[in-house]
Amino acid sequence: MSGNESGVSDSDGAAVVAAVEAVAERIEAERDYLTELDSAIGDADHGGNMARGWAAAAEAGRELDDPDPQTVCKTVGKTLMAEVGGASGPLFGGSLVFAGAELDDGVTAESAVAFAETYLEKVEDRGDARVGDQTVVDALTPAVHTFKKSVETDGLPPLDALAKAVDAAERGVAFTVPIRARKGRASYLGWRSVGHQDPGATSALYILEELLAVAADALGEEVPDVDATSPTIPDESAAEAADGDAASGDGD
Amino acid sequence: MVGLVVVSHSERAAEGIVEIAAEMAGDTRIEPVGGDGQGGIGTVPDAIREAVDAADDDEGVVVLVDLGSAVMNADVAIELSDAEAVIADAPVLEGAVNAAVAATDPSATLDSVREQAEAARGMEKL
Repeated sequence: MSGNESGVSDSDGAAVVAAVEAVAERIEAERDYLTELDSAIGDADHGGNMARGWAAAAEAGRELDDPDPQTVCKTVGKTLMAEVGGASGPLFGGSLVFAGAELDDGVTAESAVAFAETYLEKVEDRGDARVGDQTVVDALTPAVHTFKKSVETDGLPPLDALAKAVDAAERGVAFTVPIRARKGRASYLGWRSVGHQDPGATSALYILEELLAVAADALGEEVPDVDATSPTIPDESAAEAADGDAASGDGD
Repeated sequence: MVGLVVVSHSERAAEGIVEIAAEMAGDTRIEPVGGDGQGGIGTVPDAIREAVDAADDDEGVVVLVDLGSAVMNADVAIELSDAEAVIADAPVLEGAVNAAVAATDPSATLDSVREQAEAARGMEKL
């Protein structure tokens, strides 16, 4: 008898816990680099705060008994808020508490899009930030928009859509370098914030990369290639060429 | 009475600001809160919520905040708390002193205290 009362597949909850563990490991591995980025334009606490918060979140996730995805998100989000000790708590964690509600029927391509959109909306609202402010929003917005389009308009399989989202986040992180910070501690530097990569956006990219890896693992598929220079729109000529090859049946 | 909470990234700064504001605060409840909970610089929503609850005696709480994450975490704390609380968009020290004075007015309301705190934005020193 499962302790899961929602009727949602238990494996979805386990996959979400696995994702949180992967993120915790990755953030710990990147801790010094994130702190280095933050010390250039901020208060040099991003790496330490995030590593502490995600380690506690992974621990809290592991302790859950057979949870559904929504419960994992809520627990992890609340733990991040309690443990991070900075703006990343409400931004990364608080948004997760709200967005997790979109996964109450399990993790599907559609619910993942709804999750992503709610998450972005909460980050924007809480941080009062928009694209171009040199914040995490600069990575999340292109990632979420690209994911939604890839799923809903281009009809890509979820894993390929997520890979496109990672591409887009990577470009978003690069976009934070040549712009001026308008939110967060970096905004106090004024024009001196230009030329620096935003640590929060960088963390968001790492999180998305880990989500992609864990999603591939959960689906039993290879991790798709991620290439920030690849086109956002699927290459139709290549697809047609592939179809042509298949139709012609010449196996060169 | 309307209560006050002072949120700073530094616990000592919050305590110092409360020390200054309390001189003018009469019987007003005024709670300092700050730090990341590990002895470092930062703010934590749960700690702020506890301070809001401690400052509340059913007439509401005006929250003074310092920088960025203090605002966000105070926002979260207010959502978590049962108390009626508002953030004053004001400089934290001057706003706290103004709010402390305003709160001692027998006819003070949550709005009037917040307004007085926010009036500190326009204070000139020279």
